[in-house]
Formats: sequence, structure tokens, C-alpha cells
Amino acid sequence: MTFLGLFKRDADKHTVLASGQVVPDPARCVQCGICNYNCPVDIDVRAHAWRGEPVNHSQCLTCGECVARCPRGVLRFEQTDLFTKGKS
Amino acid sequence: MRYVIIGSGVAGIAAIEALRSVDTAAEITLIGDDPYGFYSRPGLAYYLTGELHDKALFPRTADDLRKLNFRYVNQRVTRILRAEHTLEMGDQSAIMYDRLLIAVGAQALPLEVPGADLEGVLKLDHMADAKHILKHARRGRTAVVVGGGITALELVEGLRSRGMKVHYLLRGDRYWSNVLDEQESRIVERRLREEGVTLHHHAEVIEVIGRNGKVSEIRLLNGQTLKCDLVAYAIGIRPRVELAKQAGLAIDRGILVNEYLQTNDPDIFAAGDVAQAYDPLSGRSILDSLWTPARQQGYTAGLNMAGRKTAYLKAPPFNVTRLAGLTTTIIGTVGRGRDDDLVGIARGDSETWRQLPDSVIAQTGFDVNRLRLLVGEKTLLGALVMGDQKLSLPLEKIISGHVDITPIRERLLVPNAKIADIVVEFWAGQKAYLT
Repeated sequence: MTFLGLFKRDADKHTVLASGQVVPDPARCVQCGICNYNCPVDIDVRAHAWRGEPVNHSQCLTCGECVARCPRGVLRFEQTDLFTKGKS
Repeated sequence: MRYVIIGSGVAGIAAIEALRSVDTAAEITLIGDDPYGFYSRPGLAYYLTGELHDKALFPRTADDLRKLNFRYVNQRVTRILRAEHTLEMGDQSAIMYDRLLIAVGAQALPLEVPGADLEGVLKLDHMADAKHILKHARRGRTAVVVGGGITALELVEGLRSRGMKVHYLLRGDRYWSNVLDEQESRIVERRLREEGVTLHHHAEVIEVIGRNGKVSEIRLLNGQTLKCDLVAYAIGIRPRVELAKQAGLAIDRGILVNEYLQTNDPDIFAAGDVAQAYDPLSGRSILDSLWTPARQQGYTAGLNMAGRKTAYLKAPPFNVTRLAGLTTTIIGTVGRGRDDDLVGIARGDSETWRQLPDSVIAQTGFDVNRLRLLVGEKTLLGALVMGDQKLSLPLEKIISGHVDITPIRERLLVPNAKIADIVVEFWAGQKAYLT
């Protein structure tokens, strides 16, 4: 049971990462740039946060570094329906 | 039309964006006396802790700024000559305006004790101050931090991360007593102690003592002395109203503006930390020293300057900060009373947090995950979410949307109610309407 549970959790996590995008809450953002500083592929996450737009950048790895490092909880993952439609 | 903006902070930049969105041909001049131009002032805290490099604090590249097509003058304005619609500059030159925005921010209140002019007595207003602090912050040496609120804590955390021994002096009996409740203050204080910070309550500095022009110790009101190499203070801020005052504009604590961010001179506007903006909902003129309201005010002022009459409607003040490593969201009204450690408003603060509402408090949480709600007659008036942030987005929507909480009000007020669960359940039913 434990193994199954773990496996399921991992699968869920991967589904979210693969089908998700980083979404900012601009009201929380103070443009400090910790997101950009920690992005491994140099995406200007901060500019997305200023405009209040999701980081729908083709190079985004959805690695979660920006989400985890932001000191003000500006960024969150949101699932996009692209790959998950039809799945239960 | 010639638009001139004084102040290179977020209100000024937002105003330029608004002006450009309406008028692509306008002549726009931005005047700023900060040699570093536009950067994230709240981000200085993370520069102090070493979480990012100073270069990361600049949100705009030179190319981004060029696209906004404005002239930048890095100088000080010495006088506003209203009758002539002219600014007198530090180098004796003059700049003419048709519409002017004053967005010069606020500055730290000085520490007024003998010896405050010694080398090593430091504040945190600008990038230059942060660099100055880092120059003095030597590993193994001793720092004293004086003051309440967010900035003082940022100084404590920054200096501690740089390996200094830190004494944190509070005049009152607990940290940030006008916004946090006692349990929240104690959580922050305990975590600071765990990080190796030495706290002193009821401690008031009366003198900074130096040797060869540099700080060497401080003397407290109770007669105690503490040896130290650096004194950093954040006892409150003061809107920079001097220019406006000299020009005869209406001033209270900040520059008084109506809901269109217009001063008593129809061609002059003010926004950001320097503005005391009229709030039609409460009928009061309020000071905020938060990034997001400054941006919103700057943008709204820009639209109004360009002739698009747009009222600034203050959202319930909202700030997220990190207190001793704990993410903390403050929404609406949460505090009451005064704080011995602050003279007036602090940076990252809003006066609205301390309006005294007719409300009841509901709270939950132990240790680091804590939720406190201010429950009004029919709506939630405020919330403080410390630690786990899952509820902060729903609460922000419920509070700013003035959602009728009658269905859950009684349950929230039952002693030891599981208020987080009640909010989650309520939110599940509301979500569809509010997002």
C-alpha cells in the first residue's frame, strides 16, 4: 500500500509539472527578482508577474525553483487542461 | 503636453506606463535623485540576506526603459514654481511642465540621540544604504538594531545572515505590537532567538558612543551599555513632503490628494508613499507605504494626468512579508493600538490595518501556522495568515469582495472553532463566483 501510495503521489506530481504552468499574483509581487535569479533557463519570470500573465514560456521546465524561492508566495502552479482532459 | 514626474520608484514608473498607454506622443521627463534609478526597494531585504545579487534588483533593462520613451534626469529638484509651471533644479537649470507628478516616496525618521552622526549608525532607505550596511557588516562583529515593524526585522535578519552577533532592542514589550497580536509577536521573537539573535525588551537607546568617529557602544535608558560595531535603525518613515510644502500645496502628514490623486493644484498630482490619498469608502485620507498601492496610485495618477478621469479605489491593504522566516500575509484590518517602537507609519505598512473596527476576533493555530480573522457584522474585515499560506488567496478574495459571511459567522465565533476548516469549506462554495 505504501509503495502504491508513493508511486501514485509521484505520478500526480509529474502530471502537474508536465501539464502545469507558473501563475503569478501581481498584488503580492515587489519585483525583487529572486524568481529570475533562480531560474535555470533565464526566463524573465518577474516581467510576467508585473503584467500578471502566466509564465507560458516555451523553455519553462516547470522545475518549481521560482515558486519555491519567492519570499512572498507570488507564484503558484496551476494545471492547464492540455494533457489532462479526459483523464479521471 | 509635457509631463514631468519627480521620483524614480514604482509609482513614477507606473505613471509613465499609464501616460504612454494613452498618449504615445507626449513628452515625458522622469527626474530622480537616487543614483541607482528604478529598483525593487522591498527587495533590498533579500540583498542584505544574500539571497540575491544587487544586479537582480533592477526590474527593467536599459532597453525596456528606452521603449517607454522618456527623458531621465538624475538630479534633485530644489523648488516647484507653480505659477511658472517650472521646476528649479539642483544645477540651477529649469524644467517646464504642464502636468506634474510628485512621487518622491518617504524616508527613514532619524535616530535622534547624541552620537547618531557617528560612522556605523545606519538606516535602510535606498540601495546606497544597503551597500553601506554590507560594507560595515563584518562576520563575528556585533550589531545593534533599533526599531519595530518590517524594516527593523529585515535589518536583524540581514545582519544575522552576514554572521554578525545581533542585539535587537525593542522599547515596548513585544515585536510590532500595533499589527501583530501577542502570540504572533512571541512566535517571531522565539524564532529570532533560535537564530541566535539577542532580544532586549523595554530597551531604549539614549546615546551612541564612539571611538575615533566610529560606533563603539551604546548606552540604554536603564544605564546598561552594549559594545557594538554597528547600529542600524528603523523607527518609522516620513513622507518627503518638503518640495510640496515649499510650493504651498495642501499637506497633512503626506501630500493630500483627492481620489484622482490630484493635489489642491489641478496640474499637480502625487502618488506612492508621499501621498495621503482620500479614500471615498472611509472618508479619510490615508498613508500607505506598500509597493502595490504605490504602483496602483502611480498608474491611476498617470491616467488622470493624461485626461482619463479615473478614481483610485483603495483595495483592502494587503501585504506579504517574511517575519523571522515565516511567510505572513496581512489583509484588511488586523491591528489596533500603538507601538512604542514606531513613530508613525513603518515601511511596508498601511494605516488601514489599524483602523479600529467593530469586530470580533477569531483565531486558530499553534506554533508556526496561525490564522487570525477579524469578523465584522456581515463580512470579514481582516486576516493575518502566518506560516501555511493556503488560505491567504481565498481570504483575500472574501475580504476584498466584501462577501457576506452570515452563513458561517456564528460557527467562526464558537470558542475553539476550527476556523481554517470553516473558511475552506465556505470558500469551496464561493469559489465559482469570485475567481
